[in-house]
Amino acid sequence: MVASRTKLRKTVFIKSGRSVSSPSLTTETPSQASPRLSRFTLWIVDWGRVTYQSVISLGRFSLFTWATFVWMFTRAPRRETIWPNFYQVGVLSLPVVALTGTFIGMVLAVQSYFQLRQLGLETRLGAVINMTLVRELGPVLAATMLAGRVGSAMAAELGTMRVTEQIDALSAMGANPIRYLVVPRFLACLLMIPTLTIMADFMGVAGGYFYSYLVLNIDTHFYFYNSAQFVSWYDLFTGLFKSFFFGAAIAMVSCYQGFNCAPGAEGVGRASTASFVYSFVSILILDLGIGIFLDKLYMIFFPAGARLF
Amino acid sequence: MIDELIREQEPLVSLEDISVRFGEQRVLRNISLKIPAGQTLVLIGESGCGKTVLMKSIIGLVRPWHGRVLFDNKEMSKLNERQLSQLRMRFGFVFQNAALFDSMTVGQNVAFPLRQHGNYTPAEIREEVLSRLSEVGLPDTAVGKKPAELSGGMRKRVGLARALIMKPEIIMYDEPTTGLDPIMSDVINELILRTRRRNAVTSIVVTHDMNTARKVADRIVMLYPLARLKPDESQIIFDGTPEDLDNVRDRRVRQFVNGEAGERLMELRAASSARG
Repeated sequence: MVASRTKLRKTVFIKSGRSVSSPSLTTETPSQASPRLSRFTLWIVDWGRVTYQSVISLGRFSLFTWATFVWMFTRAPRRETIWPNFYQVGVLSLPVVALTGTFIGMVLAVQSYFQLRQLGLETRLGAVINMTLVRELGPVLAATMLAGRVGSAMAAELGTMRVTEQIDALSAMGANPIRYLVVPRFLACLLMIPTLTIMADFMGVAGGYFYSYLVLNIDTHFYFYNSAQFVSWYDLFTGLFKSFFFGAAIAMVSCYQGFNCAPGAEGVGRASTASFVYSFVSILILDLGIGIFLDKLYMIFFPAGARLF
Repeated sequence: MIDELIREQEPLVSLEDISVRFGEQRVLRNISLKIPAGQTLVLIGESGCGKTVLMKSIIGLVRPWHGRVLFDNKEMSKLNERQLSQLRMRFGFVFQNAALFDSMTVGQNVAFPLRQHGNYTPAEIREEVLSRLSEVGLPDTAVGKKPAELSGGMRKRVGLARALIMKPEIIMYDEPTTGLDPIMSDVINELILRTRRRNAVTSIVVTHDMNTARKVADRIVMLYPLARLKPDESQIIFDGTPEDLDNVRDRRVRQFVNGEAGERLMELRAASSARG
């Protein structure tokens, strides 16, 4: 009895010990002595491996970001690498961001109208639409469009460069790939996204207003009077402040995915998808975190706080 | 006589006991190799045996987890980013598929190293680019083309022109003739030989094309995949001149040189009979 138990403990130990180092061994059939226990061990090992891999990726991502910051401040990137990226991120993204903004403004008008009408508050529509746009939807939608349009394209482009050894060729010719490829993209996303956010905000405000005025027949004066009552400069600042973080996250996540692309067409495809998914998730997490932080900050500066009623 | 002279020199590149692994996969194990200046070394071996990795670890694109790489008595892993960048100007690397930047034209590609390091006027750059392109046998009209418009052989030659433009002391060719027709392969072989005659460079050529190996090599080194070796065997299974290849005893080397499947055919049969 005692002997069998020590034996059993040994198998568990060996299994968990080995499996971490070589994944293929986990597919071994569980030992007959204790199927339940070994299934449990496998479960722990799987979770252990997932955690281990996540910590490694997070560490690599942090080092990559750190290297980007170091290069950004030690040597300015060349002008010919910067302008194409600014053009790509800023100018070419404008139409799609403007379109999204307009439609979201109109959709907000459609969705909130009936609720407010039941309370007889339809002139407050401007406050609801513009507040939502400026604080949340403008920055988040502009960032989402940027992640989809620019982020995945960057991941695919850098991934292809990795796969076809162009990144190695840069290093071999004494040009640092992070300085040459990542820093300009990072700067472009960081500095262009606030302007795109302003565009999304503006088009949303315009779209919401025209829908309310032309279709819902709401009075222009009261529409804007109520908007001005509720929407403050701090709300606009909140949105723009967040957008900087969104831009930085999109650039870093996409470039990291591109640089660590697996070989082949499949690898490039996966890098491009992963860059959008991870960018979007980090946009949402940052949105929540910074939202909470800025609200607390507002309470410190304006303790009277509540503004809506 | 010349061989002895070369042997007495300090080696330009020396690898001391290096091992490389990617994650769990070991690729190179305890490789030591000295390459004197002026030598043309050809690395042969089957696909996946670590030839390219060995060459990339010399220039620091792959970092060995054990052992050290010395270039001109400087240890590569101890250099900082700027020193490494300076040192890499003394290397020329011709990549397997040329690795031309496809967002740039041929001319911009070839001029890239010049623009990176140093102040040249546009006229000087143009002059230099055209003379390098003519050296590899490409017409002036190729300058404005995008890499995607070129054939495989032309792309390889643009890659060679780009590697030559900084007048490097050591040139590395990663499978220079793979995927080319026999005539273009021979053109590339001639270019390797001519480059060496004109510029007195050290060359390292990775290939599994025996014509190239015999034609350009002063010395041939053959690597063997780790997975097929016993734990204590050396990964370098041949190191000698092209003439030595003809009277080598080792069956693995003979099979490779003559292109015979040998016992691999047995493995194939065993695998298919095991399935059905």
